[in-house]
Parts: sequence; C-alpha cells; structure tokens
Amino acid sequence: MDLNTKFTPETWPAHPEKATLEAKNKFVGFWLFLGGETILFATLFATYMALKNKGPSGFGFTTQELYTLPLVFVMTMLLLTSSLTSVYAMYHLKSYNFKKMQLWLAITAFLGLGFLMLEVYEFSHYVHLGFTFSNSAFSSAFYTLVGTHGFHVAIGLVWITLLIFRNAKRGLNLYNATKYYTFSLYWHFIDVVWVFIFTVVYLMGVIG
Amino acid sequence: MSSVAQKSGFGATLWDWLTTVDHKKIGILYLLGGLFFFVLGGIEAMIIRLQLIVPNNDLVTAGLFNDLITMHGTTMIFLAAMPILFGFMNAIVPLQIGARDVAFPFINSLGFWMFVFGGLFLNISWFFGEVPDAGWTSYASLSLHSPGHGVDFYAIGLQIAGGGTLMAGINFLVTIINMRAPGMTYMRMPLFTWTTFVASAMILFAFPPLTIGLFFLTFDRMFSGNFFDHTMGGNTIIWEHIFWIFGHPEVYILILPAFGIFSEIFATFSRKRLFGYTAMVFATVLIGFLGFMVWAHHMFTVGLGPTANAIFAVATMAIAVPTGVKIFNWLLTIWGGSIKVTTPMLYALGFIPSFVMGGVTGVMQGAAPLDYQLHDSYFIVAHFHYVIVGGVVLAIFAGLHYWWPKMFGTMLSEGLGKITFVFFFIGFHLTFLIQHWLGFWGMPRRVWTFMDGQGWNMPNFISTIGALLMAIGFIVMVINIIITTVKNKRVGDDPWGDGRTLEWAIPSPPPFYNFPATPLVRGLDTLWIEKMEGSKEMITPAEPITDIHMPNGSIIPMLMSLGLFIAGFGAMFQQEASWGLPVLIFGLAFTFVMMSARSLKDDLGFYVTKEQILQDLKNKGGRD
Repeated sequence: MDLNTKFTPETWPAHPEKATLEAKNKFVGFWLFLGGETILFATLFATYMALKNKGPSGFGFTTQELYTLPLVFVMTMLLLTSSLTSVYAMYHLKSYNFKKMQLWLAITAFLGLGFLMLEVYEFSHYVHLGFTFSNSAFSSAFYTLVGTHGFHVAIGLVWITLLIFRNAKRGLNLYNATKYYTFSLYWHFIDVVWVFIFTVVYLMGVIG
Repeated sequence: MSSVAQKSGFGATLWDWLTTVDHKKIGILYLLGGLFFFVLGGIEAMIIRLQLIVPNNDLVTAGLFNDLITMHGTTMIFLAAMPILFGFMNAIVPLQIGARDVAFPFINSLGFWMFVFGGLFLNISWFFGEVPDAGWTSYASLSLHSPGHGVDFYAIGLQIAGGGTLMAGINFLVTIINMRAPGMTYMRMPLFTWTTFVASAMILFAFPPLTIGLFFLTFDRMFSGNFFDHTMGGNTIIWEHIFWIFGHPEVYILILPAFGIFSEIFATFSRKRLFGYTAMVFATVLIGFLGFMVWAHHMFTVGLGPTANAIFAVATMAIAVPTGVKIFNWLLTIWGGSIKVTTPMLYALGFIPSFVMGGVTGVMQGAAPLDYQLHDSYFIVAHFHYVIVGGVVLAIFAGLHYWWPKMFGTMLSEGLGKITFVFFFIGFHLTFLIQHWLGFWGMPRRVWTFMDGQGWNMPNFISTIGALLMAIGFIVMVINIIITTVKNKRVGDDPWGDGRTLEWAIPSPPPFYNFPATPLVRGLDTLWIEKMEGSKEMITPAEPITDIHMPNGSIIPMLMSLGLFIAGFGAMFQQEASWGLPVLIFGLAFTFVMMSARSLKDDLGFYVTKEQILQDLKNKGGRD
C-alpha cells in the first residue's frame, strides 16, 4: 500500500475503511472482536444481577438508596452525544474532509473525558459513603461491571488521542482510515453497553 | 523470512524465530510448544498412575497429588491439546484455502507468545513450591481457600494464555472469511478448514466468560473482592456456571478440529470424496451451536432443580445426533474406498470405535438421574479420557504423521509410526476401559490413595500398566521424529501420493509466500480434480505472477507478552510485598507502550519481487 497516494474528495473511495484487503480484514476482525466483547459484558451483567444488593449480614446498601439518577442522566447525555459527534466525524471521513473529522473526533474525546470524570466522581462518592470494592458481593459486582465499562472508555480516549496526534500532519489515507473507522465502531459499542448499564443497573436499581 | 540479504548463524536464526509472523513458522512453534507441555502433562499423568498402582501407596504426598491432578488437567487442555491443534491450523488452513498468510500475522505471533508466557507462568509455580491444587475446574469453594499462591498462578497464567487463544480464534475466523482464493466458496472448503472455522467461532464466544471468571477469581483472591464468598453475599455457584459456559464449548473446540483432521485422512486414504460433505458441514455447525446449550450437565448434582436438569439432559443427548451423522459419514467414506492403511489412517480407524465408546458414556451421563450415581467417580475420568485421548490425542498423532511432510519436508517412518500406534492404542484402552468399572465399584475421582480390600487393586494396577504402554508409544514417536530429522530425506509436493486439497499442490515445506500465483479453486478437492484431468501444473492460477506483498517480522508480540508475564507477578505479590504494585503497573504499562509503538509506527510490509518468485520456481521451491 502506498501512503503517498494523494486523494481528492472525488477519487476518495466510498468505503475507505475497507478499500484494501488489510483494511477489510481489520474491519471484519474488529466486528468479531466486538462480538466477543458482547459476551464479556453479558457475563458481567449476569453476575451483577445475581449479586445485586447482596452483602454480609447487616449489609446496609441497596440500589434504591445508593444511586442518584440526575448525575447518571448527565453522564448518559454526555456519552450519547459523543456517539453522535463520532458519527459526524465518520461522515467527514467518507467525504475526505480531514480537518472537520479531526475536529469532531476531538469533541468526541472531550465529551468522553467529561463522562469519565463524572464516573470517577461517582465512584469516589460511593467510596466516601463506605461502599468500597471489598465491602460486599454487591459492591464487587457493581465496580467490576461499571468499572470495566469505564476502563473501555479510558482506553478509547487514549486510542483516539494517539490517532489524532499521530495523523495530524499527514491527513487521511487508506491506511489510517480503517483505524479511525474501527475507533468509531468501538465508541458506538461502548455507548450501547452504557445504555444497558443505565437501564439494568441504574433505572432498574432505583425503580425496580 | 525477509527479502533482505539473509544472515546465517545461531543469533540470526533465533532472532528470525522470535520475530517471525509467517504462519508456517508460527505453526511449527505452536507444535513444539504444545509438545513440550504435552510431555510435562504426560509426566504428571505417569506420577499420578504410579501413585495409584498399589493401595496405600505413598510415592507422593496427598498435597502433591492434588498439585499433579490439577496441573495435569490444566496443562493438557490449555497448553498441550489446544496449541498443538493451533499448530496444525496455522500451518495448514491458509494453504488449504489458497492464502499467502493469515489475516493478522502480527496478532498471530502475539497469540503464540501469550500462550508461551501464560504456560510458563502457570508452570513456574513448581519452582515456587506453591502449585495450583483446586483441580482444573478450580471450583471457587476450593480455590478461595487454597493457601499460598498456587491458584493465583492458575488464574493469571490462564488469563494470559486465554487472551492469546481468543486472538488466534478471531484471526482464523477473519482469515477464512476474507482470504479464500477465487473459487473457494464456503461449500468447497476442506473439512479441516470448516472445523477450524466453527471451533474459532466457539472460541470467540466461549473465552470471554473464562476471562471474566478468572478476573473474578483474581479479584477474590488477590484484591479482596467478594464474588464467590457467601459470607460477604457472594455465590460460589456463579464460578461453576461461568466456568462451564466456557468449559463445555471448550471440549468441542478441541474435538471439532480433531474431526476435521480425520475427515481429511479418511478421504485421502480411502481415495474417495468424503461421503456426505454437506451433512458433515451441517453437523459441524450444529455441534458448534449445541455445544453452548449444555453446560449445566456438568452441574446436575448442584441442585438446579428437575426442570433445569431435564432441559440440559435433553440438549446433551441431542448432540449425539450430529456426532452420529459424522461417524456414519466416515464409515461410508471408507466403504468401497481403495483403502491404504498408512499410519494416519491407522489412527483414524482406531479413532472410530474409541470415540464412539466415549460418546456413548457421555450420553449415559447426560441422563441426569444416572449422573447422580456416576458423578465424581472414576467413570467420569474414563469417559472424558475416552473422548479426549480417543478423539483429540489420536487426531493429534494422526495429524502429526499426516502433515509432518508438509510442515518439515521429511517423512516420519511408517514402521515406527505403526509401532507407536500399537503401543499407544493398546495402552490407552488398558488404562481407561477398566476405569469405567472402577467408577461403578465406587472409586471416587481425585483421590490420593485407596485402601486395600475394596476390589480396586487389580483394576488400578492394570490401568497403570496401560499408562506405561502409552508412554512407551510416545517415546517411540519422539525417537521417530529425531531419526527423521537427522536423516533429513526431502520429499516432494505430494508425498502421500493421494493428496486432494491445495496444500499438497505446493512444495514441502512451501516457500514463505506459499503460492507463486493465487490458485483458482475449481471444486471440492480441487487438487484431485486437477489430477483426474491429468494437468501437469496441479494448480490453475487465478492471476499472473506479480510482486507479492508480505508482512514484516516483529519482536513486539514477544515483548508485549513478556510485559503481561511481569505484571502477573506484580499482581500476585502485591498482597504481601510493597514492590508488587509497582511491578504490576510497570508490566501493564510496558505492554501498553509496546502496543502503542506498534500502532504509531507504520508497518506496511515489503514486496517479494516477480523476479525472485520466478527464480524460486526455476529452483523448484525451497524455503528461504
């Protein structure tokens, strides 16, 4: 593959993310990887549901008392919006508009960072209340499920930051288009997982 | 493996193997690594059997016996059987589908090195004197209370090796989906490729639960989590579910490639098209699907209730149907064939009755009420050794003889091969057949020793003698490999003379780019079609010879795995030593920096020029 091939919006392929064999492989491979990730989170969800509200005798924490929906709602809005901005970025990827793509990805990263900071605040708040990781089966399951999601967000932030800076000077080519595209797939996946966390952990926790 | 000038000498060769991304070399590495652990697991098995040769024996202590059974099971499943099968998949599948390499050569190498470092991590426990001792299933009620670092080695070692397996699975899936040569439709793929495909899909969905289960275990043991501790609200049954949601598909991940190997061998040495190819493919997919539906049959006695037990009992028995379809198709492939009883064919013929016996006892255990009687007895030990040794290990030995010439360019001795078979096959039945009755007579599995006068003396003695015969068979095979390698008598493209699939149409071993020109596949058993038409070249090319794009080697996969290996020690010792946490962070950071380096530096590979390929063709192949 020649990185120096210069494209114009007219010569840029309709599906730059899978224009070469290597790119096709990464594209399919990444979808399969997300399939495996789905099972990984499914296992975490199942465990969380089994251990919800379970603790040693005299255990005081319940989901109803612990969670506060307004904070989680703000987090949800941040993450859902960041998914939308990553869609804008992919739109510009396909129309070969590098600057705008980078801009929208930077916005995506900032929204993701906001989400992550709120999550850190949320966790530290719970720890402050005495709801620590080793406090009970419930707390272990909660921090592992939500924390694994948060860890995925953090990995995504490092990933996109590296991509933005690495390619800042050289623009789009068929080699890095796949990298950008798989990032956006990953980001949507994280978003979908969060929708389930919001429903199963927080909504069902407060209402159920 | 590179187009740049070749350096010779030990250092250069070592560097070449450490950095290789060539699927054939990684296949050989997997094979050697797997055989190394196979020997370790085999020695453990021999000590187990020697301990049980007479009643009230004290060859090993009870604690060491627990170490041995745990490490024997874990080593054989994760570090011997699977890697050896991965070796065949790596070496053969890209050739069978007419590809130049796997889809992700770098990740292929990473998967291999993670297996190596995970396996080393697990086995280093022997030097610490704190060995996993909660059984290969490590049920939480045992493993949480196992003193020392034994189970920590299990949790972290398998975590590292399991990550490598998951990568290998995704890699094979993408390779088979995207890189088939023109004309190689799904329904023209050789059965070994098909079974690799389905087994890889099962890996993709079975290994993430293992990852999570091992994380829970790691958290509970090393980071004061409470997933399985009932005094803290945890639930020990969660581990059993998660483990078997992984563990049951795992046995099909092992047996399906074995089925694939035998399907190739039956067709080749019956010199007949595989009978019922379509039904075979369908049965493979069905087994892959049903394999996820039956995990709770390992837990009949847990007390899930009659409804759950009934559902899982029916699902378990349903798997016998597609498996039976396969057995009959193999029999009908042989029927009326022009049979050549070579060593691989001998293993294949021995496999059918052995595996059927293992399958039948499996259905017996699938009947939940009967399982209450059989559970945790030697009957279970007999059953799973009949399917795993009678199925997977026989397939591994068969595949080793069958594909050895393709992988190494030399032919294993047929005479010694048959001697191996006789010793191993007789030894196998001698060891395990009697264990069915031992189970009926009440001997529980995993016992360190037994008392005199229960009628168990003679059966245990016979069983140990059988194990010795198996060991002799294996030693003959090692001698065979050494003699063959020393003699180094080179063979041609199709040394068996009856090859049907693409791998037999190119030199043994193939040049590092496999096919000078991508082949055009004209039907099932495409090489056989070419042979029947009397074509000279054996391959109809799909394209003219042009420059070939190949990936660069890299040391990064090994370094990434090394980082995880270091981090593992940090995680384990952070409980008692202050250096633990920094080491954990350093190891993970090291891996991550290596990964970023890989990501940030463009690696576009290199081109093999048309001139070089033409030159190779003139010299008739030959590895670089």
